[in-house]
Amino acid sequence: MSMTDPLLSVEDIVVDFQTRAGKARVLDHVSLEVESGEILGIVGESGCGKSMTALSIMGLVPDPPGRVTSGSIRLDGVELVGMDHERLRRIRGKDIGMIFQEPMSSLNPVFTVGEQIAESVRLHENASPRAAMDRAIAMLRAVEIPEAELRARAYPHQLSGGMRQRVMIAIALACRPRVLIADEPTTALDTTVQAQIFDLLQDLQSDMGTAIILITHDMGAIAELADTVAVMYAGRVVEKGTVETVLSSPQHPYTQGLITCVPHLEPDPPAERSELMEIPGVVPALTDLGRGCAFAPRCRATIDRCGVEKPALLPSEDAHLTACWVAQGGAQR
Amino acid sequence: MSLWRTIATRIGYGVLLLLAVLVLNFTLISVAPGDIADSIAGDMGGADAEVMDEIRARYGLDQPFFVQLWRYMSGVFTLDLGYSYFFNTPVTELVLERLPATLLLVFSSQIIAIALGTLLGVMAAKNPTGIVNVVVSFLALFGFAAPVFWTGILLIIAFVSVFPIFPVGGMQDVTVEGGFFIKALDVLYHLILPMITLSSIYLALYSRLARASMQEVLGADYVRTARAKGVPERSVLYKHALKNALGPVITVAGLQFASVISGAVVVETVFSWPGLGTLALQSILARDTPTIMGILFYSSLVVIAFNILTDIVLRLVDPRIKAG
Ligand SMILES: Nc1ncnc2c1ncn2[C@@H]1O[C@H](COP(=O)(O)OP(=O)(O)OP(=O)(O)O)[C@@H](O)[C@H]1O
Ligand SMILES: [Mg+2]
Repeated sequence: MSMTDPLLSVEDIVVDFQTRAGKARVLDHVSLEVESGEILGIVGESGCGKSMTALSIMGLVPDPPGRVTSGSIRLDGVELVGMDHERLRRIRGKDIGMIFQEPMSSLNPVFTVGEQIAESVRLHENASPRAAMDRAIAMLRAVEIPEAELRARAYPHQLSGGMRQRVMIAIALACRPRVLIADEPTTALDTTVQAQIFDLLQDLQSDMGTAIILITHDMGAIAELADTVAVMYAGRVVEKGTVETVLSSPQHPYTQGLITCVPHLEPDPPAERSELMEIPGVVPALTDLGRGCAFAPRCRATIDRCGVEKPALLPSEDAHLTACWVAQGGAQR
Repeated sequence: MSLWRTIATRIGYGVLLLLAVLVLNFTLISVAPGDIADSIAGDMGGADAEVMDEIRARYGLDQPFFVQLWRYMSGVFTLDLGYSYFFNTPVTELVLERLPATLLLVFSSQIIAIALGTLLGVMAAKNPTGIVNVVVSFLALFGFAAPVFWTGILLIIAFVSVFPIFPVGGMQDVTVEGGFFIKALDVLYHLILPMITLSSIYLALYSRLARASMQEVLGADYVRTARAKGVPERSVLYKHALKNALGPVITVAGLQFASVISGAVVVETVFSWPGLGTLALQSILARDTPTIMGILFYSSLVVIAFNILTDIVLRLVDPRIKAG
């Protein structure tokens, strides 16, 4: 741990949603940090709060019904939670860029892609329309779109899914942000395009030195790209550490389950692989999480304490953090 | 390029439609009982059969139906819509003299209804718990429930009788003297009440439509993208969201245009606005067939032209709409 603040630090963020079924704690004391030039991976099943973590960093949690109840998010030491709207707006798109999950619907259908990239340059750098459009074309080249001048004048519906996601990346990177949040940038794309997008992100990152938060279901991508990883479950971070330690010795049963889902990471027998998938109910409803560990109902190694008290995120064996009573007990033993 | 093709195709269809409308109107009016001879005889307090036959022969009404239709249609191709028995004027001259007043009323009320309706819709969608939302719901209730003539009469009672702010009717005050600008102001002064009356129904329609459309668009992913880029909220609403939400409003405005013209007929009658509506009423009462036909011809022409215009605007707003 260095004495200086990390580039971006998220500390004990709590996000609550008012739903018809009652209050849902969508993020429960989530803490993350990412350094300049580093890639942080966030993994977890659908609905565990990955996108909401990203939105809370962007200051875009839909309010109402959602609300950042407590916690702190600092960019270079500057607090973002509770910052006034105008100042936050100037940071969005300039210092923090975001690529969204849905490339098909995330671009505005009635503006050309060139305009959409140029807009943030005009907004944040006071560039002339001409200069902004030149930058847009340069960005289209940077994300390896052929015939960039021509494509700049295309509307989103004239481009393929992979092209649109490249355009999204160009928008997010147009102002050379210090942090890029990529929320499942490849989910909707076929596998060859997925690989291309990941390569592209890695290249851009080493060129620009941007810190990337990479949200994905894909443990393989994490293994390949990320430096550190945070595993989320039901709105909490359950395991966190460098990719090597977490992937080679996962402490939390949930992480272990996720890793066994990826054949080439751990060639376990298929029986064990399907175990996690077999448990009915999947992620519990966030409106009525009990007192205990949210994963306990699906866990294969519970002790009494798991049902009554939420485990804290504490260092285990090799200095990475785990929120599991069993793993922590094992470490003390 | 393909825009021009679309326009050409639309104009082609428009001409065909116009011909069909003419034939249909002509047929309907010929099968309706009573003609100009009955009307003239009525005015004279009765006439014998010989005189009636003479009148019919003079206007060609003694000819078989298809001969009459053929004569009329060949006239139309040379833009000769016949001669008004009642007003003693060529129909085209008569209609073109009244058309601008109607167009002024129709377009001004549509512009007000679309602009104000869209603005209200955006404001209501932006803040679902705000007062504007209640206003839109109330407007919708009122606009759909109240017939135009009733709204018109209500406004006359309020702003002519009780608070004498506006003139009771007409389009100009002949005693007003001055240059073009003064005259224009005078027309505007006379226009306000009929315009509000005619726009009331459509204001209700468009504001509700714009609200629903905006509510949907504001939940779209690309609106979130705009916010993530740091676009100011005003620009998120009025640029990114509104340009997407306008489609349904423009489409419905195009579809409604025919009904706006018939609404104008009622409003003109209430406010004695000297447009096509008052002319239509007079010529129907006089059984002045050529004039009625002429009015129908020109209003169909306006409706068709407006629909072509709608198509063009829609294509300019939304690049996804293809020629067809
Ligand atoms: N508008 C909302 N109202 C109520 N709950 C919401 C709302 N938006 C999200 N949530 C809840 O927040 C939780 C976290 O959602 P989030 O989108 O962050 O999941 P995720 O991890 O990104 O999942 P995925 O992998 O499917 O993208 C989910 O349980 C979801 O039900
Ligand atoms: Mg998500």
